[in-house]
Amino acid sequence: MDEWVEGWRIPLGTWVEGFVFWLQDMFPPFFNFLASVLTGIYEAMADLFTWPPVLVMIAIFGVLGLLARGWKFGIGGAVGLFGIQLLDQWESSMQTLALVLGSVLIATVLAIPIGIVAARSQVFSNLIRPVLDFMQTMPPLVYLLPGIFFFGIGEVPGMLATIVFAMPPGIRLTELGIRQVDQEVVEAGHAFGSPPGKILRQIQLPLARPTIMAGINQVIMLALSMVVLAGFVGAPGLGQEVLSALSRIEIGLGAEAGLSVVILAIYLDRVTASLGTRSGLGLSRLVKMR
Amino acid sequence: MAAIRAEGLYKVFGRRPDDVVRQLSEGASTEDVVAKGATPAVIDVSLDVQPGEIFVVMGLSGSGKSTLIRMLNGLLLPTAGHVHVGGKDVAELDPKSLRQLRSEQMSMVFQHFALLPHRNVLENAGYALKVRGVDKEARNKKAQEALEMVGLSGWGDRLPSQLSGGMKQRVGLARALAAETGIMLMDEAFSALDPLIRREMQDQLIDLQQRLNKTVVFITHDLNEAMRLGDRIAVMRAGRIVQTGTPAEILREPADDYVAEFVKDVDRTRVLTAAAVMEPASVGHDEYPAVTPDTLLADIFALADQRPLPLAVVDGENRVLGIVNERNLLHAMVSSDAVQGRNKEARHG
Repeated sequence: MDEWVEGWRIPLGTWVEGFVFWLQDMFPPFFNFLASVLTGIYEAMADLFTWPPVLVMIAIFGVLGLLARGWKFGIGGAVGLFGIQLLDQWESSMQTLALVLGSVLIATVLAIPIGIVAARSQVFSNLIRPVLDFMQTMPPLVYLLPGIFFFGIGEVPGMLATIVFAMPPGIRLTELGIRQVDQEVVEAGHAFGSPPGKILRQIQLPLARPTIMAGINQVIMLALSMVVLAGFVGAPGLGQEVLSALSRIEIGLGAEAGLSVVILAIYLDRVTASLGTRSGLGLSRLVKMR
Repeated sequence: MAAIRAEGLYKVFGRRPDDVVRQLSEGASTEDVVAKGATPAVIDVSLDVQPGEIFVVMGLSGSGKSTLIRMLNGLLLPTAGHVHVGGKDVAELDPKSLRQLRSEQMSMVFQHFALLPHRNVLENAGYALKVRGVDKEARNKKAQEALEMVGLSGWGDRLPSQLSGGMKQRVGLARALAAETGIMLMDEAFSALDPLIRREMQDQLIDLQQRLNKTVVFITHDLNEAMRLGDRIAVMRAGRIVQTGTPAEILREPADDYVAEFVKDVDRTRVLTAAAVMEPASVGHDEYPAVTPDTLLADIFALADQRPLPLAVVDGENRVLGIVNERNLLHAMVSSDAVQGRNKEARHG
C-alpha cells in the first residue's frame, strides 16, 4: 500500500520554479521599477539618518522621545542611543533604521487601505485572511530566495521580505479598529445625513486610531525582527554585523550588534506605542488624524 | 397633513423576507414564520404623526420599536410598505436625497448618546450643521444657542468623557436641536439615565417641545415615561401596534390584556386630568371651587385641603364642563381590569 502511495507526488516545487522564471522573463520592467523605488526610499532615508553628526541625531531622537513620552524617556532614549555610538554600531544602526522605517512606510501605506476595505466588506475580509496567515507563517527565507533571483542581493529583497512579514498586523488591527467603533456613533453619522466617506474620515478612522497605531507599532517591531534575516540576503545594517560575527565566531561583535538591535527596538517601540494614546507632551497630537 | 405617515410597514430579517411578508399579510401567525427561520421585527404598522405632537412608541425590548423608528428616517429600509415624510416616500429616495432629508428634516437622539468622543461639546452640538456644510462661525453660534437651551452654556470646550450621563444626553439633545429640523426621533433617549435625571430630562423635553413646537417620535419601554411625555401613545407588541391613543384613553380602555397588564403600574394621578374623570352636571361656575380641565389628579389631591370636593371643572370662558367628586376620583384610581375582577367576584358571590 505504502509503495503505491509513494508514487504520488505533486510537483509543486517544479511549478513554482517555472512560475518564478516565467515572471522574471515576462515582467522585467515591473521588477526593475519596484527595485528602484525600494532602493530610492532606502537610500534617501539612510542618507538622512547618517548625514548629520551623530550627536545631533541623538539630540533629535531625544527630543522626539521627550515629545512622545516625557522628559525621562527623552533622556533615557538619548543615553541608550549614545550607547550604540559607544559600541561603534552607529552607522549600521542608522542603516537598519532606514531599512526598517522604509519598509514600515510602504507596509503602512498598503496596510491601512486594505484594512479599511476589509472592515467594510466581509467577503474581502474572508478572502485576505488566509493570505495574511500565509504572509505571517511562511518562513521568510523561502521567499528571500526568489527575491534574490529577481533583485540580486542587497537591500531590496531584504525590504520586500520585511514588508511581507510585517504588514499583516497593520491590516488586521486596522480592520479590527474600524469594526470596533461604537456602532451607535456610526449610526449617528448616518442619521444626520453624513456621506460614507466623511463617516470614515470623521468618525471611524479617528475612533479606530489607537488600534491602528497599535498595529503600526506591531509592524515596526516585526520589521525589526527581520533585520538579521535581511542581512542574510545582503541588506546593509546591523544584520550584516550579526552575520559576520556568526560566520567568524566573533562573540564580542555579535553581542555589540545584538545589543544595538535591542536598544533601537525599545526606543522605536516606546515612541510608536505612545502615538495611540494621549500621553506625552504632544507628539500624538501632531499625528492626530483630523 | 401628517408630519410622518407610515402605511403597512413590514420589516423582516432572515431569508426570503418578501415571502414572509406575503404569508403574514395573508394571515399567517408570527409563530408560523418564526418557526421557518424568519424574524419579523415590524408587522403591518401604520401610523400618522401629527405636526407638533409628541408621539410615543411604547413596547418591551424585542417588540420592534427601534426597528420601526429606523425605518422612519431610512436607516433601515422597509421590507414592504411606505413611509411618507413631507410628501416624500423615504424608501424611494436615492442615497443623496435621503441624506438631505435626514440632515434637513429629521434629527435623532440615541439611547447611549452616540457623541463623538474626540470632539468637544460645542463641536458635537454643531455636528449636524457641519454635515450640512454650514460655515464654522454660523455653526458655532447655533450650537451655542442649542447648548444654552439645554442648560449647558459654558461647557462647550469640554470633551464628552468629562460629562455625566445626563449632561451627555443634553448634548445629544442640543445636537438634534441645533439641526433645526421639524422632526426629532428619540430612540430610548432617556432610558440609560438615573430616575431623577430622567425626570428632569422629560420635563425639559416637554418644555422645549412647547417652545419650539417640534414633532417628536419618542421610543421607550417605560409606560410611565410614555404617559408623561406622549400626546399620543402607540403600544407595540411582537412587531405589531396593539393600541394607539392618548394616555387617558389607554389608561381607561386598554385594548387587550397585554396593555391592561402594563397599565396596572402606571401612576394614574399623573396621567388622568379633571376632564377625564368628571361627570356631567348642571351647576353654576361659582357653586364649587373651580379647576381647569387639564388639571392632573395629583394636583387635585395635593390641594384637597384648600379646595374641598366636589370641584367644578371650568373652561377658559367660565363655562362649567362637569364636576369631580369623591366617587369620580376613587373610580379613576382603580384600573379597569380590577373593576372587571371585582364585578366577576360580585357575580359569583
